[in-house]
Parts: sequence; C-alpha cells; structure tokens
Amino acid sequence: MPKVTIDGVEIEVPAGITVLQACELAGVEIPRFCYHERLSIAGNCRMCLVEVKPGPPKPQASCALPVADKQEIFTQTPTVKKARNGVMEFLLINHPLDCPICDQGGECDLQDQAMGYGFDRSRFHENKRSVPDKELGPLVKTSMNRCIHCTRCIRFATEVAGVEELGATGRGESMEVTTYVEHALSTELSGNLVDLCPVGALTSKPYAFEARSWELSKTESVDVMDGLGSNIRIDTRGAQVMRVLPRLNDDVNEEWISDKTRHALDGLRHQRLDRPYVRRGGKLVEATWDQAFAAIEAKLKGLDGTKVAAIAGDQCDAESMLALKDLMTALGSPNIDCRQDGAKLDGPRGSYIFNPGVRGIDSADAILLIGTNPRWESPVLNARLRKRYLSGHCAIASVGPAVDHTYPVERLGAGPATLRDLADGKLGFFEKLKAAKHPLIVVGMGALVREDGAAVLALARDLAEKLNAVRADWNGFAVLHTTAARVAGLDLGLVPGEGGRDVEGILAGCEKREIELVYLLAADEIDTKRLGKAFVVYQGHHGDAGAHRADVVLPGAAYTEKPGTYVNTEGRVQLGQRAGYPPGDAREDWAILRALSERLGKTLPYDSLDQVRARLVAVNKSFAALDQQAAGTWGIFGKTGALTDAPFASPIANFYMTCPISRASKTMAECMASRAHLMAAE
Amino acid sequence: MAMITADPKDVPHVAHFAFTPEYLAKAKALMANYPPGRQASAVIAVLDLAQRQQGWLPRVAMDEVAKLLDMAPIRVYEIATFYTMFQLKPRGKYLLQVCTTTPCWLRGSEAVMKACQHAADGETFSVQEVECLGGCVNAPVVQINDDFYEDLDEASIAKVLDAFRRGETPKPGPQVDRQTSAPIGGATTLKGE
Repeated sequence: MPKVTIDGVEIEVPAGITVLQACELAGVEIPRFCYHERLSIAGNCRMCLVEVKPGPPKPQASCALPVADKQEIFTQTPTVKKARNGVMEFLLINHPLDCPICDQGGECDLQDQAMGYGFDRSRFHENKRSVPDKELGPLVKTSMNRCIHCTRCIRFATEVAGVEELGATGRGESMEVTTYVEHALSTELSGNLVDLCPVGALTSKPYAFEARSWELSKTESVDVMDGLGSNIRIDTRGAQVMRVLPRLNDDVNEEWISDKTRHALDGLRHQRLDRPYVRRGGKLVEATWDQAFAAIEAKLKGLDGTKVAAIAGDQCDAESMLALKDLMTALGSPNIDCRQDGAKLDGPRGSYIFNPGVRGIDSADAILLIGTNPRWESPVLNARLRKRYLSGHCAIASVGPAVDHTYPVERLGAGPATLRDLADGKLGFFEKLKAAKHPLIVVGMGALVREDGAAVLALARDLAEKLNAVRADWNGFAVLHTTAARVAGLDLGLVPGEGGRDVEGILAGCEKREIELVYLLAADEIDTKRLGKAFVVYQGHHGDAGAHRADVVLPGAAYTEKPGTYVNTEGRVQLGQRAGYPPGDAREDWAILRALSERLGKTLPYDSLDQVRARLVAVNKSFAALDQQAAGTWGIFGKTGALTDAPFASPIANFYMTCPISRASKTMAECMASRAHLMAAE
Repeated sequence: MAMITADPKDVPHVAHFAFTPEYLAKAKALMANYPPGRQASAVIAVLDLAQRQQGWLPRVAMDEVAKLLDMAPIRVYEIATFYTMFQLKPRGKYLLQVCTTTPCWLRGSEAVMKACQHAADGETFSVQEVECLGGCVNAPVVQINDDFYEDLDEASIAKVLDAFRRGETPKPGPQVDRQTSAPIGGATTLKGE
C-alpha cells in the first residue's frame, strides 16, 4: 500500500485510489463540485486543486490524480488557496446572485464553498450569460443560468439511471446541459438529480418555494413504497411532511431513492381518514371511537371465530400486524393473511427473502430474473443490478415480461415452460449459471401471484439446488418483494392457521356468506366488490378502496406518523420513526388494536411500544437484530404441480400508483401523465 | 447578451430523413473501419455524410445517424452542436466561410467579407465568419463548401461569386498568378540549369 504525506502527516492508503480520496481518509476536506463517489470521474470543475510533489510545478486536480508511493500532497499552501480562489471566481462569473430566491439556498455547495474561497466582490463587469431553462418533467425544476457545468446530472442519468437522455450540447460559453428534445427523463430515479446538483440549477418542482432547509425538522426513517426499505430522511415543518430525502446506506439504497419514495408525500395530505366512521343507513357517518368500537363489539357478539377474517395491508408496520394476529388468535380465528396479491409464499424464511442481500448483487456473476420487472418493482435495486452489469463479466437473463431494464438482459422466454426447460438444463443459459461462482436467481411476484405460484416457486427452488446456488458461503435464491410489509408479515406468521382461509378463501367466504366480519388493516389492494355482505372494519390512513366499502372506519397513522418496524425484502429489520402526528383523531395502529381488544374483553398483553417490540422478538427472534439481515433458513418449500402456460407478468402495472398514498398524490398523477405522453410518442 | 442556446428553434420542420443507398453504402464503409461494437467511432464522418445529403442537419437526420450507429440520440446531438462544421440550420447552396483572423485581416479580409455579405441571400450563398483556416500564406482565404479560394481581394471574390452564380465552379486555390503558395510571378530560385 502506498505511503503518502498529506500536509506533513504520513498516511498509508489503499493502492489505486485518487489523491482526493486519500485526503478524505486523512481527514482533510477537499472542496469539489464535479466529483461524486458514485459517479465516474469528470475532473472538470477544478475546485479540488492541490499541490503534489513530485509533479509539475502547478496545482493538480486531486479527484483525477491517482496516489503514488512517497507522494507529498499539500492542500493548504498559498498556491492552492489562490488557485481555488481563482476557480471560484471563474465559476461565479456566470452564476446569478439569486441566492435569496433560490431553493438550494442553505444547502448549496457553491454557497458554502464560496464562503471559503469566494471574493467579496465581483471583478467581472460584462454581462452574464443567460441560458434558457429546460423541461425535465414534473419532478425536476430547472434554472439553467445557475448551472456550473459539473455534469453530475449527465453522469447520473447515463451511468446510474441508465437513460442516456441528458447531455451537454454546444461548446465553450454556449455549452448547455439539456435533453435537447425537451421531454421528461424516462427514469424512475430522476429525483436524485436534484440531490446531486451542487447548485440550484436542478431543484425539486413539487417542493419549489415551499420551505427553507433550516426551517425543517429532520427525522431518519424507512420508506414503505416498495419492498426495498430505502433509508430516508423525512423533513417536516410543523405537522406537514415537506420532503423526503435519501439517507446513506450502502447495504440497501446507497444514496438513491425512487421518485415514488421521494414525491408521493403530497398524497399524505389528501384523502386522509381523520376520525372514525360508522355506516348507518348505507352511508358512512362520523362517529366517536367509542361508537365505532361499539359497532364492532355488537357485530362480534356471539360470532364464531371461524366467521371472522383479517387481511393485513402492504404498508403495515410489524407492530400493528402482530397486534392484528394476536387479536385474531384471541377471537379464535385462523383466517388471516398478509398476502393481498395471493403470492404463494409461506415456507421457511429462506424461501421468501432476498437471501444474498442487496449487497450480494455486487458479487453475483450470473443473474436470472424470473417473473419480475425490477425497474418498476424496485427502481433502486434495479440501479444496483445495472451497476453490477456495468462492472462487467455478469450474464443477465430473464424469464418474464419483455421490458427495458436499462441494461441488456437476454430474454429466455415468457412463462413457466421456459423456466422448466432451464431447470432441465435444456437452455444455454443454464451452463452459464452453472459455471458461475455466485449465481443469483431473483424470483419476482409476477411468478408467485398466480394459480401455479407454488409450483413455480418449487421449480425455482429446484433450479437453485441444481445450480448449487444455496450453500454455506453463498445463497443465491432471492425473492424480490414489491411491498414493504410482506416479509414482516410472513415473519410473524400472518398466514392462514390450521383450517384457515387465505385472501382468496376469505373473499370466496364473503361471497358465500361464510365469513361475516372482515378486518382490513390498511388493505386496499383486494377486490372489495367480492366482500359481499360481510361486515367490514377498515383500519387505515387513507380513504381508498377499503374505506369506501367499510362499515366501520378506524383512522390509523401513515408511515411518517408512527414509529414502526419494517422488514425489507432482504429480511433486514429497520426502524421507522415518527416525523409528525396523524391528523385529527387518528391513532397509531397497534394502539387502536390494543384498545379494541380491551373493549372486546380480549386485552392484548402489551401497553407500550416497548412491550409490543419485546413481543415481536418473542414471536420471531430475527426482530432482535436491527439493521441486520438475519440469514434465512433453507428447506423444502413450494409445491410441485401443474404449470400453466400464462406468461409471467409483473404485478406492478403502473409504477407511480401502487398504494393509497401514491394514488392520492397529485405529483404521481403528473408523473404518470408525462410518462404516458412519452410512451404514446414512442 | 443574447440567450445562448445550441438548439436552434427557428428551423423548418423536416419530418423524415433516410440515407440514399449511395450514402448508406459510404456510411457502412466508414463504420467498417472500426471493430464490431465500436461503430459509434464513425459518428462525425457519418454526420458529415448526412449533412452532404441534406445540405444541413435537421434533428431527424441526427436521429437517423444515432439509429444507424446504435447510439443514444443525445450523444449525437452533443457532437453535432459541438463542431461548427455541422450546420443545424438550412444554408445556401454555397457556404462562404470567410477567415478574419489576423493575417487575413491584415491582407484585407474586411473587403472580402463585405463582398460575401453582400452576396449572401441565404439561397445561393450563406456567409460565416471563421477563425484561422490555416492558409495564412495565401491570405485572405475563403472556404467555399469544400474548397479554399485564396489570395482574394474585393474584385477577385466578386468574380468567383459571379462564376458560382452562373453555375460554374471556378478554379480553387490562389486567385492571383501563383502556384499554390509559391512566390507570386513564378519561381525566384532554382530556375533550371
């Protein structure tokens, strides 16, 4: 490992890194605009100049200079300071002084670094250049006069998002960052451009002129818009969520989040359930908690447990699902399910989690996607797959829908027949998987939410066994969930008990009047028409499908309004925090169930969040280790059986609207409209 | 200062562009100069072909080049807007690129420029001021399409332009009695014997 001296302090650094990275290791901060850890090196802003010996007698851009043994690096010399001051002065020549009306103000790299390297007045007396603003869709607002041409956005779009649509046209003073064709970027990750922009050229359109960064209180939490459980920071002002930003976690989302995670938040302001309702004379009328509970109590009186059923929704926290399960057990009902989409998953833990972890993607050397469109099911995970593709020597193939993954994927076929051929070794790709050291098999919900889902799962398991993909040092069997609550639900056993009914059974039971009371815990993705004449209790935060059909509505809290435990698709247990309180009379969900249980005379044995969490650990000890992925147990699962010919289809038909929150979001509707227009143009 | 933009908005709409078989064959030959998968290296040359066929580069032509070379269209736009050789607006049949850099200017490019500007009607002639064309020894120089016309003055450029207007192609090179950049009036040394 090379030894370098940075400002007189000797330090040993890994070979192959750049001078800038070495300085970071030594704790010396280097100003920069164009350099970004997760993008390729451009070296065009020149802000990171340092002096290096041996080397030419002039400052060098440290971001693009590799370290060498016995190098002496000076970051604080008068030459360096003067050079950086000069760069800053040039950057500010064409930069408008509109900080007071700029949304980046307060969190602007240029503003911050100008404090260190700026001059207190301008020596430039000519006119500044003026650049027309660009249209980048409903999420990214542009103010191109402010652009300093760092090209981070271009590199992000090209490298991470995989859409080559942004570029720099023109040359010299007439250089512009643009799509040239003036349309929204066709990526689900465009919100990240705003985070990457070191100045105010790209800012958030929905958040434009809403708040200043210093007025916001920041809460670190977890996202529930997809199964990945991206780490987020929720910025609130008062009770209102103003924006959602990504939080760094290399194991999960690196530092990206999807547009839905970031911008569905305006859905939290609309269609909210803020008080209990009870249906009287065919109409939902406002009620008190007491009246709502009384209505449920009256219905449940003398009702046999087998005539009661519960369905947990896709964004529930583990605490409320546990309370629901405990309540159903107390009522003597085995009819409980957390798989609204009917995914055939209920085996050992290894059968329903993304075993290798998101990090495992980085070491996979042959990847098979079964019945999944990760681009829509989890855009950030898809970016990780793309990153794996870019680092080379990785064959990727899919059995499933024909979609643009943003990286080349060999499409082997559409349905189970192809998968069987592959498992029988009849397709060439089998050899590639077999030869791979770390084969990765990603099974999507598109393959499991079907009649023959269990058979497909068994086939995928069979394939994994044949490929020796599951062994002590590597488990390449990965289930990609589309929902945030699913893994926790399966961990807690929210599947039908002995003789119990699953979602399909519950709905069929409702139609046949064998089920008389259905408890929907924020479950909206079912066909509510099939609930028939059953008495429906809906507990949730949005007036969506479930609440419209309900006979009693209990207002709960959305994910930003309650502390909750979520388990992502890899089986990683993460804590969400409360960023604000739920509106009106709405309450935390586990507490509602606890209160209801008391009213029903079946008091649940916990009175505080700590006690609920202790119970979580008692039910499944994987809940004890936060932010870690407990290994999944392997075993026999799935059911060998007849396969149908129907091709696999991704369950996500529309990326922008998958849950009550995103369906209530105006921003998501705008995104949809802009993309629909694009698709029509194609 | 005027708005800066590389994307001219006031261009006529061109709905369709396709290479003629002749130009397509040339493009394919250029692409064959590079290893498979590296056909994008031919982009500048292929753009030039498109421009020769169409006279200028409408966006559909750039899109067609992108398709042919399997590139993202934006990468082609970047190149086409970067190089001044590519004309993003329609131009006259003859593009007069008048050099006005110091040697040409000292030798009277202003008068040449004036004559060119006078002739420019946008249909037969378009005029463009350019930096050094590298023909300083024959200053002043005007590049007309692919040829250099050198040692010009007000009268000789008028003659050249008149010839073009009549549909003739005047002889490129020095417009005075001179062989390429050899001395005016013939050789001064090595005269034989």
